Amino acid sequence: MRAPTTLLPLRIEDVCFEAGGRRIIDGISLEIGAGVRTVILGPNGAGKSVLMRICHGLLAPTSGRVVWNGLQAANGRHRQAMVFQRPVMLRRSALANVAYGLTLAGVDRRERRARALRALEGLGLAHLASRSARVLSGGEQQRLALARAWALEPEVLFLDEPTANLDPYATREVEAAIANIGAAGTKIIMVTHDLGAAKRLADEIVFLHNGRVLERAGADRFFRGPSSREAAAFIQGELL
Amino acid sequence: MGTIGLALTQAVDLIIGFDPQLVQIVWLSFQVSFSAVVIATVIGLPLGATIAVARFPGRQSVIVLLNALLGLPAVVVGLIVYLLLSRAGPLGSMGILFTPAAMIVAQAILVTPIIAAFSRQAIEDAWREYEEQLNSLGANSAQAALTLLWDCRFSLLTTVLAGFGRAAAEVGAVMIVGGNIDGVTRVMTTAIALETSKGDLALALGLGIVLIALVLALNAAAHLITEAAKRRYG
Repeated sequence: MRAPTTLLPLRIEDVCFEAGGRRIIDGISLEIGAGVRTVILGPNGAGKSVLMRICHGLLAPTSGRVVWNGLQAANGRHRQAMVFQRPVMLRRSALANVAYGLTLAGVDRRERRARALRALEGLGLAHLASRSARVLSGGEQQRLALARAWALEPEVLFLDEPTANLDPYATREVEAAIANIGAAGTKIIMVTHDLGAAKRLADEIVFLHNGRVLERAGADRFFRGPSSREAAAFIQGELL
Repeated sequence: MGTIGLALTQAVDLIIGFDPQLVQIVWLSFQVSFSAVVIATVIGLPLGATIAVARFPGRQSVIVLLNALLGLPAVVVGLIVYLLLSRAGPLGSMGILFTPAAMIVAQAILVTPIIAAFSRQAIEDAWREYEEQLNSLGANSAQAALTLLWDCRFSLLTTVLAGFGRAAAEVGAVMIVGGNIDGVTRVMTTAIALETSKGDLALALGLGIVLIALVLALNAAAHLITEAAKRRYG
């Protein structure tokens, strides 16, 4: 059987996840298609990050399954990438950090450097290529994490609260970079509890609360008139 | 000037004058301990990295055992290696008892747990930070272990230097398996023990000064390397 040319749509089928006797994901079924930027929104503890890790294959669901256009989750791994809330930088140069991901992806040695440089340029980091990654600022490190993910030319990019630890200036830069990556054809799936970030980046919203999907809608419609009481309260800034 | 003062003066003279006997003993010490640490590093680092990254039944017991081996008494190691290498022992046919080779074996056994246990700790701490990222990038266990070894290289270097300090300062094991033979297996620590009991305090003190200087230098080097790495790599 030949692998499909696209990973999407991503189908989450009746996924549950339990840890320490607590049910964190409580039966989620969802289909996420290509094109639009999808933001998974919800208060802290809603299960957003866990759901993303299950989709990316870092966690195995307790029950249910994740299917990429007919493929079991593991088979789609090399065509998706993830950027975490706190970027994990290796003790080497910025360029070497990007090249490292390419090495693991099996990219030819000669091609690696050129591709890594291109990714750094794409994120405005070319001038930092030879600097040690761990001494860069938080915003630079997060953009470097985006470059490392983007260099892999993923079809899907997962982002877990990518700007939660950043100041407003760095946030703006990182969000602009995310928008650019999305515009270049990569499917963006982002988790956030930050209404501002969701408004700026989302085409569609999946609203999560207590491990369940309460609502899914286009971003405009969601913010103008959410249909669930919880989402309305969350948008009003109430604590859920 | 008292006896000790006189011995101290003579000791300094021996060091400054590069006394051939002193130099020979120091050089042998260095060769034995350096070789032992190379062997211990080659075994200990991969062992530590594997235990840090791999998940297998009995892992906790292995960690407890490894940490317990940190306190391995040198004389007991010496005794065991002696029994293994003695004529009647299982490895007696190698005929290396009372040679520097036997001393290297004993010190390597002593230092391997140190390097394995400390590198396990350092790599496991780093693994906790890196695990999701490396899994996300598709690293398998072996690739992850290699990445962590390289990323922890400065703290691991400190560990290796600590191992060298332990090897060079150890007396019990080399005394038993080396035999403290003049010109053949006499190292700094065994020479100090012998010369002190003979009453030749000058040579004993001279070697003692060299040994302390060596340990100080190692610790200073470890400190400087760590500081420089922190500034350079964060």
